[in-house]
Amino acid sequence: MRILTVCGMGFGTSLMLLMTIKEIGKKYGAAIEGEAVDLGSYKGKPCDLIAASGEIAKQIQTDVPVLAIKNLLNKADIEEQLKPFLEKKGE
Amino acid sequence: MNTTKNSTLRKMLTRKVVRLGVEGLKTPQEVIAYGGSLLEQAGKVNRQYITDMISAYESLGPYIVMAPGLAMPHARPGGNVAENGISFLQLKTPVAFQHSFNDPVKIVITLAGASDDGHIDLLQDLSSFLGGEGVIEQLSQITSYEELMKII
Repeated sequence: MRILTVCGMGFGTSLMLLMTIKEIGKKYGAAIEGEAVDLGSYKGKPCDLIAASGEIAKQIQTDVPVLAIKNLLNKADIEEQLKPFLEKKGE
Repeated sequence: MNTTKNSTLRKMLTRKVVRLGVEGLKTPQEVIAYGGSLLEQAGKVNRQYITDMISAYESLGPYIVMAPGLAMPHARPGGNVAENGISFLQLKTPVAFQHSFNDPVKIVITLAGASDDGHIDLLQDLSSFLGGEGVIEQLSQITSYEELMKII
């Protein structure tokens, strides 16, 4: 599945989040293709899911599901939010 | 425990770029400027980078408060970063960054990446170190540089 992570600059938090998500994907045996982008460039990029910090997620307008992550360092929490999508994909 | 894993962080966090029990900073802008000034003094960034980090906070909002109590100010390199660097501030008086759930900020790790992806290893190290159970709480309680080195 293809996941976009978004932050203000596409350089810091979105990259960190993407690494965490890929790590979780591995654990579930899900092939995750991802890209970290800034708020100005997520639109029009095809993806199945978008993940961002809660503050950034508020500003995202899209038709795909958006995961709003409160604590970007809490892997367990990110995994919890991501799990339903990974499991669905694997069926 | 994590000696090998976090050796990069340990190497980067020299005494020059670490300040504990920082007093007198009242606004996010002052906090970012101070964290940035340590990187400037260490020759990692120029003055413009500090200005860019402050404008990023002002225009993009407080999302750099990544976890409860922890802010990681940064900007795009834009030719203003000589080499990857981080500085570490422990604030004696926590500062509100107007974040919805992670305020107030007690620990500030100011980040400078020299190129668009040359800092990925650094981000990885930071994320695995800071994501450890209770680490931010520990960091807000240390009183010496040596203690910091022990935790990392």
